[in-house]
Amino acid sequence: MSRHRLLAMFKDFDDAFDVVDKIKAKEVSGVEVDDINMMSPIEHPEVDTKLGKRPVNIAYFTLAGAIFGVTFGFFFLSSAQASFLVQPQGGKPVVPLPTNFVLMYEMLIFFAVWTTVICFIFLSGLGQKRGTLYSEKLTVDEIGIVVEIDESELDSVKNFFKNNKALEIREEKV
Amino acid sequence: MSQVIEDKVIDEKLEWSRINADVIASMQAPRKAYWITVFVCLTMFLCAIAAEIYQYKMGLGAAGLNNPHMWDMYIATFVFWIGMSHAGTLLSAILHIIHAQWRKPIYRFAEAMTTFSLMTAGFFPMIHLGRVWNLYWVLPYVSDRGIWPNFRSPLVWDAFAISTYLSSSALFLFIGMIPDMAILRDHTTGWRKKLYGILCLGWRGDDRQWRNFRRTYMLLACFLIPLAISVHSIVSSDFAMSIMPGWHVTTFPPYFVAGALYSGCAAIMTLFVCLRYFFRMEEYMTLNIMEKTTKLTFAIAMVWTYLNLIEFSATWYGHNIYDKEVLIAKATGPYAGVFWTMIFCGMVVPFTLCFQKLRRHMPTMFVISILLNLGMYVERWMIVAPTLAQAHSPHQWDVLWGSVIQWAIVFGSFGWFGLLFLVFVKLFPCVSMYEVKELCFHLKHEIHEEELAKKHAATKAAGKAEEGSGGRAPGTPGLEGA
Repeated sequence: MSRHRLLAMFKDFDDAFDVVDKIKAKEVSGVEVDDINMMSPIEHPEVDTKLGKRPVNIAYFTLAGAIFGVTFGFFFLSSAQASFLVQPQGGKPVVPLPTNFVLMYEMLIFFAVWTTVICFIFLSGLGQKRGTLYSEKLTVDEIGIVVEIDESELDSVKNFFKNNKALEIREEKV
Repeated sequence: MSQVIEDKVIDEKLEWSRINADVIASMQAPRKAYWITVFVCLTMFLCAIAAEIYQYKMGLGAAGLNNPHMWDMYIATFVFWIGMSHAGTLLSAILHIIHAQWRKPIYRFAEAMTTFSLMTAGFFPMIHLGRVWNLYWVLPYVSDRGIWPNFRSPLVWDAFAISTYLSSSALFLFIGMIPDMAILRDHTTGWRKKLYGILCLGWRGDDRQWRNFRRTYMLLACFLIPLAISVHSIVSSDFAMSIMPGWHVTTFPPYFVAGALYSGCAAIMTLFVCLRYFFRMEEYMTLNIMEKTTKLTFAIAMVWTYLNLIEFSATWYGHNIYDKEVLIAKATGPYAGVFWTMIFCGMVVPFTLCFQKLRRHMPTMFVISILLNLGMYVERWMIVAPTLAQAHSPHQWDVLWGSVIQWAIVFGSFGWFGLLFLVFVKLFPCVSMYEVKELCFHLKHEIHEEELAKKHAATKAAGKAEEGSGGRAPGTPGLEGA
């Protein structure tokens, strides 16, 4: 049996949240709250509460980037300084930690920032080819709910959306 | 526009579709003054190019640079532009972390200002090198003679710090623009649609993207704040780590950071007035937001004033004869006019910001912001030049005012910055559309909640009064009789 993806458009967050609540209350079969994706022109703080906590793992990568940055900074600087003894050190240590801390700090931030951004792009699915189910009204003022369902549930879910103030319904075959 | 709307951060009743339409229309048809400013900036920039070509051919002597004035205005200008970059981070990152909603309509151009002022600042170490073709020596790699840059030098720290800050603030600006790029992709045509289609990276605004976006933006903001502070502290180390009188000062790092925030806020005020007029943004860049920005500027101006006075008194009571002589020479010597201009513009002019009438008058704010920035520019000049003019060895004492070449390059840098900024605001929205929508949404929500609370309180009070009066409303004849 083929799978279908539906996009239902709503006037505002309240209408969309009503639908999410009804799906949670099992008022329609074949759709679970975990299957729902919500598309919106702004970030609404209640989306997380309604859809349930979903993982955001970027901070772990940021931490990894920061640790890499500071470690790389230390080894890069000290290996350069330790292999370059031509310059008179004037009684100062070959690897001067206090001054190296400044550069290690900069490298920590540099790598942490770049890692964060690269991971954001990958974890958000940016730059990847996605389905064609989209409406330009989503960047204006309408809210979209996307669900993936079996063909057998298609009509009942469509009717459910229609009966719950959906302004428009679009579909595509997965 | 009515007074009521002007008193709000923004009119929460603005329709979302109108926000899109207004911002997109502003990018396509700015006022004539925009094009005149572009022309002026281009002319200034071309003058600087001509001056730089001349200096490249003739050497740094053409700029008037010679011992003891090896740095002079080029480095003062470098510090000025680095300082300018700080307000973008302040306004965007710090206010984002503390959830100051009023930043939303104006943070985009402040972030752009950060990126472009860093790009402008980056030119000056190259220009003042003289041998520009050897610039790559500052890069951290081993040369064919086995020589590494001296990692102990604050000048090398500068290279690291500024490149980190430039790339991070450019990424911060770019990430914050992605949802707006998607709006532009959906609502423009032709080459613009193609450009924004690439830049938005396929943004669709689903909950997963928003969640990651929110976390990323917060993380970047958290990194940018210490980074911005470290950058200007390091720039101050260029001076403070030397033993020159007037530079070897413990308070230099916080003094530089305060000065940076000050000049950046003043620049935001200037750009605020310009953009509001050029792009007809009166409904988005409201007087209320301008007031908040000026209050912030005033607070920072007072911090800067305090740090200045601390520095003067520390020098005065420290009894280091060389430091004291430089301070006295600043106030009474050949640079006295410039020094007192700094004191007037930096310490006295900010008090005009105490008056609400002035804070709400755009032309006055424009003039005041220019004066503040003039004060901040000459402040940097007064850090560099008097010390070089009157250092430890009297046989080296010399006063330098800079040649036409030096002045042309300095003025040209303002043209270069202006040009970059004006092209940016024509290509990309200077007001963040999705954040303004969020702002309207939250304000509406807050007002709704307040109304509900008031109604609830009124119902409760009426109920209590009814109970107390045995079923009669307060003020009824029965109650008076009781």
